[in-house]
Formats: sequence, structure tokens, C-alpha cells
Amino acid sequence: MTLEKDSDKAVGFSRRAFVIGSLQGAFLVLLGGRLAWLQTVEGNKYKTLAENNRINLKMMAPARGQIVDRFGVPFAVNNQNFRVLVIPEQTDDLKESLNKLSHLIKLPEGTIENVLKLAKKSPVYTPIEVTDDLNWQEVATVEVNIPDLPGMSIDAGEVRHYPFADAAAHIIGYVGTASKKDQEGDSDPLLTLPDFQVGKIALERTFDKELRGKAGSSQVEVNVVGREVRELKNAQSLEGDRIILSIDAELQRFAQQRLSSERSASAVVMDVHTGEIYALASYPAFDPNYFTGGISHERYEELSGDITFPLTNKAVAGQYPPGSTFKMITALAALEAGVITEGTVASCPGHYDFGNGRFHCWKAGGHGGLNVTGALAESCDVFFYKLSTELGIKRIADMARRLGLGSKFDMELKEERAGLVPDEAWKKKKYAEGWHPGETVIASIGQGYMLATPLQLAVMTARIANGAKAVKPWMVGFTGDTPIKHGAWDDLDINPKHMDIVRRGMTRVVNDQRGTGYGARIKEPGMEMAGKSGTAQVKRITKAERAAGVKNEDLAWQFRHHALFVGYAPLENPKYACSVVVEHGVGGSKAAAPIVRDLLLMAQQRDPAKKPLVAEPAQTEEKTKHG
Amino acid sequence: MAKSVILSGEGSIIQMLKYINWGLVLLVTLLASVGFTALYSAAGGSFDPWAGKQMIRYSVFMIGTIIIAIVDIRFWYRIAYPFYFTCLVLLVIVDVMGVIGMGAQRWINLGFIQIQPSELTKIAVVMALARYFHSADAQDMKSLRFLLIGVSFLVAPFILVATQPDLGTSGVIVMAGLAMFFLAGAPIWIFIVGAVGAAAAAPMGYLLLHDYQKQRVLTFLDPERDPLGAGYHITQSKIALGSGGFEGKGFLKGTQSHLDFLPEKQTDFIFTLWVEEWGFFGGAFILMIIAAILGYGAWISMRCRHSFGRLLAFGLMINFSIYVFINVSMVMGLIPVVGVPLPLVSYGGTAMMSVMIGFGLMMSCNVYKDAKLPRM
Repeated sequence: MTLEKDSDKAVGFSRRAFVIGSLQGAFLVLLGGRLAWLQTVEGNKYKTLAENNRINLKMMAPARGQIVDRFGVPFAVNNQNFRVLVIPEQTDDLKESLNKLSHLIKLPEGTIENVLKLAKKSPVYTPIEVTDDLNWQEVATVEVNIPDLPGMSIDAGEVRHYPFADAAAHIIGYVGTASKKDQEGDSDPLLTLPDFQVGKIALERTFDKELRGKAGSSQVEVNVVGREVRELKNAQSLEGDRIILSIDAELQRFAQQRLSSERSASAVVMDVHTGEIYALASYPAFDPNYFTGGISHERYEELSGDITFPLTNKAVAGQYPPGSTFKMITALAALEAGVITEGTVASCPGHYDFGNGRFHCWKAGGHGGLNVTGALAESCDVFFYKLSTELGIKRIADMARRLGLGSKFDMELKEERAGLVPDEAWKKKKYAEGWHPGETVIASIGQGYMLATPLQLAVMTARIANGAKAVKPWMVGFTGDTPIKHGAWDDLDINPKHMDIVRRGMTRVVNDQRGTGYGARIKEPGMEMAGKSGTAQVKRITKAERAAGVKNEDLAWQFRHHALFVGYAPLENPKYACSVVVEHGVGGSKAAAPIVRDLLLMAQQRDPAKKPLVAEPAQTEEKTKHG
Repeated sequence: MAKSVILSGEGSIIQMLKYINWGLVLLVTLLASVGFTALYSAAGGSFDPWAGKQMIRYSVFMIGTIIIAIVDIRFWYRIAYPFYFTCLVLLVIVDVMGVIGMGAQRWINLGFIQIQPSELTKIAVVMALARYFHSADAQDMKSLRFLLIGVSFLVAPFILVATQPDLGTSGVIVMAGLAMFFLAGAPIWIFIVGAVGAAAAAPMGYLLLHDYQKQRVLTFLDPERDPLGAGYHITQSKIALGSGGFEGKGFLKGTQSHLDFLPEKQTDFIFTLWVEEWGFFGGAFILMIIAAILGYGAWISMRCRHSFGRLLAFGLMINFSIYVFINVSMVMGLIPVVGVPLPLVSYGGTAMMSVMIGFGLMMSCNVYKDAKLPRM
């Protein structure tokens, strides 16, 4: 009975076991089918997905090219900059993470508050910079503790650094994050990188394309959290060109430092033959290093609101009436036109009456009788007044232009301005008025509408010193290994004898006891300079002031005269030309001449012209090693 | 004399070892070896930290399995109920520990080993039901009272495990238990009523789920709903499987898994890792081993001359198959993500221990297929 029951049970069991077994078998077949479906029919789709999953195409910014002086001294380099970034979204509690970080490394005062404030304003997924400029120790400390600092990461970037700080700021310029405007008309994919920096002013801007280099790309395999596992393909980025300047860094530093005795001044030192600029300084300046990380609003306001214009390169963009430094031009024009010879003597009673007006000489009592060299030496105004009426504005303007005034040289600094050489056509166009003969009189001593930049005055001096070659200024000798061609210079077609007369006048300015610049002469034998002082009126001297004998230096600073001086050295076979403008410095011979003296003396002592500008053999070094 | 009884003759250990199903041992070892290979690859081509430990663990457990197999089945029959209640007590202890504030724990640490009571419970339920139905006759199987008492064997562990909360395991327990009812000959209408009732209760049950569990259900219904969130696991797993293609990417070359796109690659998603590298053939290979193991289990069950053995062997086979089906369906995106490993292949001792005990008992059913069991 029980046995029967048992077998009954066994049969029932088998039947039901078969049902379950079949179900299991069916399920296994289903799973196999699903697997086959995923791998064959949908396989290709998933293969692509898998590829996308793990490969990130990354653009790699190239290192920006260096800017160095003629001896290889760096003006602009790239420094490693380690920053701590935090992505608020990835932290559990931003404040706590920051507190943890502050236990590990020292954070500047107020950092945490700042980051929290920033985090509130920006989307949660954008990285926020917590602190930068970490040293190795700090980097290591943070890296080791990264697991405890969710959302934080170390970012190794390069930051542009300017070792000369404000001493070359106006020449070199600075870089900043590419703006919308920078991106327009520039299809370089690099500009799409966040925080990519481009040159904003000066040489950094002019040579931005050369300095920038070529983007590299890298295909990196990333894991689920975006961490790079390995690099699959790599197209190296190409470092930007190194730019070699004609500048002598030491002379540049000296010039900048020398100008700091004044409140606002600029200077240019250049080669009279080649046009190379050795120093180009504008004081006060700014530290470009403040700009690379994004300058604060307050600091920028402070700089741009300053009446001494620290942001402006006054050496190329400052336009001043040339004053008496213009007298060489009037003299040359008169000599070339045959209006005077070296022997022509005119007498100066202290004033000159023309038309209805009376034009004063700077020396109240007058100079008495003078020839052209004496008139230059003592800077007699009346002598040139007299010439001007016979010459006419056209011939004066023409000579001014031949010597480099009134237009840009299109040199490497885009900040360069053209100055102004007025003539009848210009006045008609500008004011729809005829030219007054009286305007020719004041133009002859570089006043009135006449405007020139310190750079133009230096070039004028160089052209006089080099024997009438139309030298043009430049400061970039090489981009990468490519030399940039400058010269040969045209002949200005001025009678060398006339040039000689003007140079003799300029020699007397400094080396004749009665010369206006005698106090600033160079005493070192063989290094003596020649020059010409100038004082440019900012504000007309009123009759009342002249009568009351108000001294210009007693006026408010911004109403005082500009002080100018141009010079070259040495006297025999001149090499260096220099111009200095001291804004509101009152008198050219007193304020500007000593600076020119110091710069020309320093230039001759350092003698940068001795070493011709050539590309550093950086690439050939390796070849010689193999050889 | 005593020595010879142990070593030779009828009922000796040597004799017992002859009855061991070495074919089954071979199949199980084959499956475990797939696991070793996959774990070696998961570690980027290293025995450390997973494959080596897993191999040692497997060897130890295999010895245990053989011992279980040669222990007289009457002993297992006797301890079926005590074992079941011990498991319930352990489940209560784990639940209480969780409440007291040691956090949600599913295991008890005995120092040398961590016991996960819910895993043991799977076996205990099958054993207890096998014993319960062993002595049942046709009348009993029609008696509602008899069946309800049987159901109570399921209810207690289901609630205790589900509140851990471990929905996956509690589901497995219930499914295996219901299969036992079916095998034992419970009337079909009960299952129909039960299915209808379950369907009606499903929305209610959904409300009782934890948020993350709801997420899993919703994500399963529409994985693209949140491709980087909860649907991430399924999507990544499908990408890995699909990109493997027919031949696979090759040993140690599975990009998805090695780049950590694949979550839990050494445990729940080990099948994915294997298939990404070995392709459809590798996947089919695993499924065939499993089919062979299931077939072997069914064969043992059929050969058994007593009801307890038949039910026990088949129930344990079902237990194993449910593990496999849930895990493989999950990684292929057929069901929501539940934390169920692929037994023997996934890294981890608990699941391995539980299925190895199961195989041991299964083989014990074979060794003692002709044993006389008491009826009560």
C-alpha cells in the first residue's frame, strides 16, 4: 500500500519535475537568445557606444613662446602653476571640504568665504579655483588626501610670468583670457579652450600668432569617472616661437629706473644706423603679472584713472609739441632751401613782431647776434621765427616728415601714434580755415599744432646723426629661427654739409658753455654727446602771467611745461640716439637733459650694438652633441 | 576492525566516495574556473585581490561539500527542522542588530567566517519543506490546513529577509518554496489563486518598497530614463555585453570592465565581464555548463528512492537555477537590478558556500538514494 503510494508520488513528482525542468530549459534558451541578440544584432551599436565611452579627444594647449632680449635674457616666460579646483556638485558639503583643505594647506585669509560666495553664483558643475601657486609640498599634501576631498582636484597649468615686472611692461605687454572679440575672425581652435590666454597689448598682442604655437591633440582613454587611464594617440603641441628683441634688458631696466626720478616721463634709446631699439621706457608703468591672473577691478580703476597714465606707453603713444627740439628741422629746411648759410647772422632783441602779433623769445633780454649753430646752442627762438616767415609752412612740414615726424613707422607696437605735422591742407580739412602766417612762426619752434612722440624724436635725432639715412625703429629681430629683415634704409637726400652744420649746433648745445645743455654734458672722453633741449607749452602764457613774472614751476603740475631733450653719442661716428620727455618737467635742459646724458652714457658703456642680433643656436646644440 | 569499516566494505568512506557524483564535481569546478579566469581578468591580470582568494575558498568549500555528501542522509533528515529554526533565530538576530544601530547588516561575524543567515535560510527552507512533504500523502496535499502550515514555512523567512532589506534573496526563497509545493503535488488551483493574488498585491507592495528599490523598478522599465543615474548599471552592462560580439574582445581586453565603466564587475556583473572578453561563445559556454548542472541535479532527484531526497535534490537544483536566472537576466537588462551574484563565478564566499552546501546535500541524496527514511 505504502509502496504503491510511493510510486504514485514518484510518478506525480516526475511529471511536475518535468514541467519545472522544461521551464528552466526554456529560460536558459531565452537567456542564450537574448545574449545572441545583444551581441550580434545590437552588437555594432554597442560597440560604438563602448568606444565613445572610453575615448576623450582632448586639445592640448601649446606652451607660449618666450620673449627674450638680445642677449637671451627672458622678458616673458611660462611658470608652472598648481591650483586647487573644486566642483561644488561633487562635494558632499562644500564648506566642510574647504575646511578640511584648510587643515592641510594654508589658505589665504577669506578664501573659504570667497569660494562659497562664488559657488552660490555659478552653476554647480563648474570648477572653482580655491587657491593657486601651490608649492611642491602643498601639491603632494593635497594629492595624498584627494580621497578625503571629494570634488577637489589639482590642476597643473602654465601661467605667463614677466620677470622684469614693470620695467618692460609697455614693450612686452601681457596676456589675458581670450574675449569674444579676440575669437572673432580667428578660427584657431585653441581659442575655444576655457581660460586660453592671448596677448592683449604690446608685443604679446602683435606677435600673438607666432607666440601661441600649434594645438596638440590627445586621445585619452578615460574610465567611468573621467579619469585618464592611458593615452591612445597623441599629436604633440608645437611650442610657440621664441621672440628675440633688440632690447638690452639691462639698459631697459636702467632707463625705467632712471625715469622714476620724475612723476611721468618716457625715453627711447636706439641705434642710429640700424634702427634697433635698445630701450623704450615709459614711467610710471604697471606690473603685467597682475594682469595674467585677471586684475581686480579696483586696481584697474586705480591704474586707468591715474593722470600720469601708467597704462599708456608714452614713448610711442604720448604726443607732445616737440618745442625747441624741432629747431633742427627748421634749420635744415632753411639751409636746404638756401634761405641761410652757416654764416648768416641774425640779431635777437628778445621778441619778434609779425603781423599784429609779438612773438617772444624765451630769453627776455634777447640773444643779440647769432648764426645758426649759435641759435641752436642757445635755443634762440627769434632766429627761427625770422627763418619761418621766409620758408613758409610747406617747406618746414616737408622737412619734418622727411625726418620721421607726422606718421607712424608701423613698428611692432600697435600702440604707436602718428603725431602731427600741420600744413595748409591739413588745416583746411580739419578746421575748414586758411593757414595763418603767424602759425608758421610758432610751428618753426615746434609749438602750435605740431605734435611728436618720443619715438619720433629719437628717430629724428638718429636720422640727423647717421648722415641722413631714413632709418626706422624696430625691436623684433627673430621670431623662432626666422630673422626679420629691417633696412637697408633710403637716403634722405639732404646735403651732408648742412647735416654737419646742424650737428655742430647740437654739439654746441651740450659742449659750449653758453649751450642750454652744458650742465648735462658727458665728461667721459670719447663718449661726449650732442643734443637739443626743448620745452613745450601746455598752457599759453597769458599776458598777465608774463607781466607778473609767474614762474612756470609754481603752477599746478598739470599746467607746467613739458621738458624734452634729444641727443646722440658719441660725437664722432654716432651710434646711439636718445629722446626723453618729462611730462610737466618745466625745462628741457634742466629736467630731461640729465636723463638723456645718463642713458647715452650707459648705452655707450654697455654698448649693446657691439653684439649683432642673431638667433640663439638653441636647435643646433643637439646636433653638435651628436657630432 | 573499526578502521576497516571506515576504509573498506559496505558503508565505508571509500565506498561512499565511489558514489559521489564526480561528474557533478567536475561541472561545478568548471563553472568555478570560469569565475577564477574572470576574476583574474577583473583585477587587470592578477590573482590579487580576487582570483587567488576565490580559488583557496573554493578548494576549502569543495572539501566541505564532499564531507556533506558522505554524511548519512538520515542525519540531514533529522536536523532539517532544527536547522530551519536556527536560521530563523539567526535572521532575527541580524534584524535586531540592524535596529539596535549597528547599521543594516546581513551577516554575523563569527571571527573566522561571516555567516549570512539569509543564504543559509535558502537551504533550510528547501530542507524543511522536503521533510514536511516527505511524509505527506495525497490526502494531505489536498488539505488546506496541511498546505497552510507548509506556507508558514515560507512566510516567516520571507518577512525576516525582506525587512533586512534584501528583496532579491527573499524572492528567491519564496520562488524555491513555491516550486517545492508544486513538486510535492499541491493542487494547481492554489497556484492560480496565488498568482492572481500576487498580481493584485503588486501595486501595494510597490508602495512598501524603499526609494532605491522603486528607482530600480522604474529604471528597469525605462533604462534611458536616467542613463547616468540608476539606469547606468544596466546600460553599461548592455554596452559591455554587446560590444563583446561573437568572439569577444579577448582575455584581459575588455575595455568596459577594465575602465571601471562596469560597476561591481567582480561580483554581480562578472558574467558581463566574461562575455565582453569571450564573446557569445563564452556566454553560451557558461549557459551550457549550467544546463548540464541542472540536468545532473534533476537526474539525481529522479534516481532517488525516497521522497525527501527527490524533493531536496530538485529543490536545491531549483535554488541554484534561480540564482543563475536572476543574475543573468539582470545583467542582460531583462529584469531590474537586484543584488544577486552568479553563484560560483562571482567573487564572494557567502553565495559560494550556500550553493556548495546545496551540491553537497544533492550528492548526499545520490550516495544514500536507497536509504530508508522514517515516516511520521
